[in-house]
Amino acid sequence: MSAAWTALLDGITRVSGVRGALLVSADDGLVVAEASMSDVDGAAAAALVSSLARKLGRITGAIGCAAPRLVMLEAERGGLAAAPAAEGLLLVAVTDADANIGLLRLALRDAVERLA
Amino acid sequence: MRAIEPWVEPPLAEFLKESSARLVLLMTSSGQVVAQHGFTRSLDVMAVAALGAGIIASTREIARVMSVPTLGNVVHQTSEGGVFLASFVMPDATWIGLVVFGSDTSIGLVQLFFGRLAATLSTAAPSAAGRAPVLAERFEEELNASLRTLFGR
Repeated sequence: MSAAWTALLDGITRVSGVRGALLVSADDGLVVAEASMSDVDGAAAAALVSSLARKLGRITGAIGCAAPRLVMLEAERGGLAAAPAAEGLLLVAVTDADANIGLLRLALRDAVERLA
Repeated sequence: MRAIEPWVEPPLAEFLKESSARLVLLMTSSGQVVAQHGFTRSLDVMAVAALGAGIIASTREIARVMSVPTLGNVVHQTSEGGVFLASFVMPDATWIGLVVFGSDTSIGLVQLFFGRLAATLSTAAPSAAGRAPVLAERFEEELNASLRTLFGR
């Protein structure tokens, strides 16, 4: 993995409560780079999150909004956040239930800007 | 969907539902068709099975020549989807899956659910002892019976 992508993903995994981060090819649902994903099946997460993001994009399109800038999913024991970036990429963070969501949003926004 | 082995149908149906694949062909490494979905002509199935098995055999040989352990899945992608080809180990043989998918799904999803299909099939496979081998002298008869099963005629 290139040093630039490592640094980019490290900026996300440094946020408290973030278990791992992925850079995903949004159309293909394949992992481009990942960090700290030891206890999560990164390939499965990439495929499913990209599918979810695509479907949510259709919903926001249908209601007259532009494509989603941030997708957040909260579950009982954790969640995920996904942010579309340039070049058809999707930044994904897998979180614990007590993750600092505010900081995570900022970290994702910063990473998206760096990818632009 | 049509399958020569009935126990293949439930996991294949699940794969089709989850992956949104358009065409699927499951075959043995020798190109013998086990199940198909989406194909309408027996000639297409026979040609695709033979070519798919040939591609897998070629990649295996390339790996051997290059002295690498194995080569992974083969994927051809276009702007409208792609073709995914992969071999997987069953209890008594190697099978091959060929999946044609459109832009309504992704290679990541196809790959993910194909891996689950392969694992489920491997677990669900009955023992080889109860199955009769396809003998050379009955090959044409077996082939015609398989095509009747796969296309319902």
